[in-house]
Amino acid sequence: MEQIVITFLCMAILLYFLLGGADFGAGIIELFTSTKNRSRTRKTLYHAIGPVWEANHMWLIIAIVILFVGFPHIYTTMSVYLHIPLAIMLIGIIARGTAFVFRHYDAVKDDMHWLYNRIFRYSSFVTALFLGIIAGSLISGHINTQATDFYTAYISGWLNWFSVAVGLFTVALCGFLAAIYLIGETKEAHDKRRFIKKAEFMNVAAVVFGAMVFIAAQRDGIPLIDWVFKSNVGLSAIILASLSLVLLWYLLLRGKTKILRVLAGFQVTMILLAISYAHFPNFIRLKNGDAISLLETVGPEKTIYSLGLALLLGSVLILPFLGYLFYKFQKKEE
Amino acid sequence: MDDFIAARSQMALSLGFHIIFSCIGMVMPFFMAVSHYKWLKTNDEVYKNLTKAWSKGVAIFFATGAVSGTMLSFELGLLWPKFMDHAGPIFGMPFSLEGTAFFIEAIALGFFLYGWNKLNKWFHWFTGMVVGVSGLASGILVVAANAWMNSPAGFDFVNGQYLNIDPIQAMFNKAWFSQALHMCLAAFTATGFAVAGVHALMILRDRNKEFHLKAFKIAAIFACIGALLQPLSGDISAKDVAKRQPAKLAAMEALYKTEKPAPLLIGGIVNEKDKTVKGAIEIPGALSFLAHGDFKAEVKGLDQIPENEHPPVAITHYAFQIMVGIGTLLLLVSLTYFFILFKKKPLTEKRWLLKLFVFAIPLGYIALEAGWVVTEVGRQPWIIYGIMRTKDAVTPMPGIAYSFYIFSAIYVSLSIIVTFLLYRQIKMVPVLYNKPESK
Ligand code: HDD
Ligand code: HEM
Ligand code: HEM
Repeated sequence: MEQIVITFLCMAILLYFLLGGADFGAGIIELFTSTKNRSRTRKTLYHAIGPVWEANHMWLIIAIVILFVGFPHIYTTMSVYLHIPLAIMLIGIIARGTAFVFRHYDAVKDDMHWLYNRIFRYSSFVTALFLGIIAGSLISGHINTQATDFYTAYISGWLNWFSVAVGLFTVALCGFLAAIYLIGETKEAHDKRRFIKKAEFMNVAAVVFGAMVFIAAQRDGIPLIDWVFKSNVGLSAIILASLSLVLLWYLLLRGKTKILRVLAGFQVTMILLAISYAHFPNFIRLKNGDAISLLETVGPEKTIYSLGLALLLGSVLILPFLGYLFYKFQKKEE
Repeated sequence: MDDFIAARSQMALSLGFHIIFSCIGMVMPFFMAVSHYKWLKTNDEVYKNLTKAWSKGVAIFFATGAVSGTMLSFELGLLWPKFMDHAGPIFGMPFSLEGTAFFIEAIALGFFLYGWNKLNKWFHWFTGMVVGVSGLASGILVVAANAWMNSPAGFDFVNGQYLNIDPIQAMFNKAWFSQALHMCLAAFTATGFAVAGVHALMILRDRNKEFHLKAFKIAAIFACIGALLQPLSGDISAKDVAKRQPAKLAAMEALYKTEKPAPLLIGGIVNEKDKTVKGAIEIPGALSFLAHGDFKAEVKGLDQIPENEHPPVAITHYAFQIMVGIGTLLLLVSLTYFFILFKKKPLTEKRWLLKLFVFAIPLGYIALEAGWVVTEVGRQPWIIYGIMRTKDAVTPMPGIAYSFYIFSAIYVSLSIIVTFLLYRQIKMVPVLYNKPESK
């Protein structure tokens, strides 16, 4: 059961990165769209993420529930030492979620929309940034559970070069995912070209910030290069990610659109795999060199057993339904 | 502000905020399903418009409920890490099942909101029902988790260790049934009265009478049935509390001295220092009856409970009085409404009755919040009753007061925006739905 629960946890985190990430990315793209094109972008965006918006958001909740039921020690360590970035990310989630719905359901269209739009764009950016910062902090080895002063205990764990670089890299990846996704959602050649431009821009940004992540890792003494290049899995994942990127641009120029999503998703999955494989199942690396591992902190047997059962049961009930939802609303677009 | 007080206040605020939206999310789908069903059966366009108008409101509330709920699942750890470290694996079962229920609810809502004219009409209706049933299920599950905090079960507590954990037994603890029943009824009562009241206001103002009259009837029936059953279920709860948490019962009733038979106090000013209650109306023996079903039974007072295990008496007592007072009032309103329905008098002639419903708009929610204050404050100083104290569970991080201020500001602004949006939605009803044939 342990393995099943861990698999679900990894899946939930991955899906949140991909689907939720594309969702944040949509707001980020809107942020970088010139004023005259914004309302068109907004329309495409609503069509694209409206129906599945709630479902995307669920992956985060699933991940959190698995953590606090099955791996309480990891959940509480994160909650205590990453309190501040978690709280900021939450504020971002609240702000963008409500602004997105409010702007669609407000019965009157007026100046309020100026406010909703602002909130939606900036909070999408902030949420993605802090999601990345939190992910980066978990593996950065800066979290210090023995600290006695406020700064070391609650700030330096996440406010460091590496975590921030991972944050910016996440923002670029989200923007990239969203741009690729949106290319397939619009029929107008003009809009397509705009989204392709955005995808190029985000791709360049991702490469730049990706390089920054490596530099920051080197500076902070994190063996990222070893993780990625010295392990076979890490190395193959990076090679596959690069190949899929080349393929993606090739197909894009040939005018294919739907397959791009799969490639973009694959690419991000490979990047996550490359970064996390080497120290799996360690979930949090600590300042003193210790690590908190999924396997060592797993909850009591009966709990894990019922959690696993609940997850399996849930997926039997949910997956067909979810698939049908995606299918139904994809088909209608064509 | 003290960090510990700030953490408690932030928890209370977040839960108090979330509960309003989650109740609407739990109950409105049923109202919509009734209206939707009537449209499918009668083809009366007004019912279709009503279903759509309600579903727009629900989408706004659902999103707010979902984000505030996400907030809560992090907050449990952000504010109470030491509690979650031990409690997570024990009371987590309902949360993991709840995840499933939420997921189904979110998917079904996607179908329902975006499925007009796209799905088979009965399948579409069915997805609306799924939203309601799974919402209700998730409400029951969360309350079962809360009930565990009141009535811990499913583990052995030996020398500070939590052993032999059994999450299923923890979920079906002694308090889950009475709390879940009372909570579900409260959701129907509170939301029903709020919705009925808003539509009553519109009828009084002569706006789209046909539309609002139909809406009023659906909501009022649900509300009134809920309000009739609520005191019965409250009585079950009270007997339950008397058995498992005598300190809470004593605080609810401000019963400082053990008495046999014990009187019921109505109203009164509590003086926590002198341990006295002034100016209350006393009904002899009534408390004995309510707590134990026997007018002569002994009821444990706070004098039998160690001082350091006393909950705050005044807040608990006032909150309980507010809940029961409102419960009684709503019961009377319901009886009046059923009487008039029974006599088949047209509602529009009974303007006073409609005014009564307008007056009742906030009452159900006030009772609901008050009831939770009774349950949660009455459990103090324990976070897990009899096992772990709240002050031992709080996060070591200083500066929680700032977090409390920021989140308060967010919740206040969200409340203002949601109210404003709803106001606009209602204002637009004439424009959007006046001429059904042109739509
Ligand atoms: C519309 C809302 C509403 C109304 C009219 C009432 N209640 Fe209530 N009450 C709640 C809403 C509520 C609640 C918010 O839903 C609580 C909090 C926890 C719970 O399970 O339900 C609650 C808790 C609660 C408790 C504590 C349960 C516990 O700690 O386990 C008792 C003893 C009562 N109620 C009793 C009553 C009585 C005797 C009522 C008589 C009229 C009454 N309630 C009306
Ligand atoms: C939605 C309705 C609820 C409301 C309005 C509510 C209200 C409150 C209030 C007023 C407090 C502060 C008590 C005090 O410190 O004096 C509190 C504390 C708390 N509640 Fe609730 N509560 C609700 C439901 C729940 C549920 C369902 C759970 C968990 C499953 C829960 C978990 C907690 C925790 C962990 C605390 C903090 C510790 C404590 O003060 O005991 N609450 N809540
Ligand atoms: C008595 C208290 C509670 C009740 C009755 C309740 C009920 C509900 C309901 C019905 C929803 C669905 C949203 C909607 O339809 O608007 C919801 C959402 C949510 N609740 Fe609560 N809840 C309570 C307390 C809590 C607590 C204590 C937590 C966390 C620990 C929590 C976590 C969540 C989450 C994560 C969601 C979002 C799920 C989504 O995306 O729809 N709830 N709640």
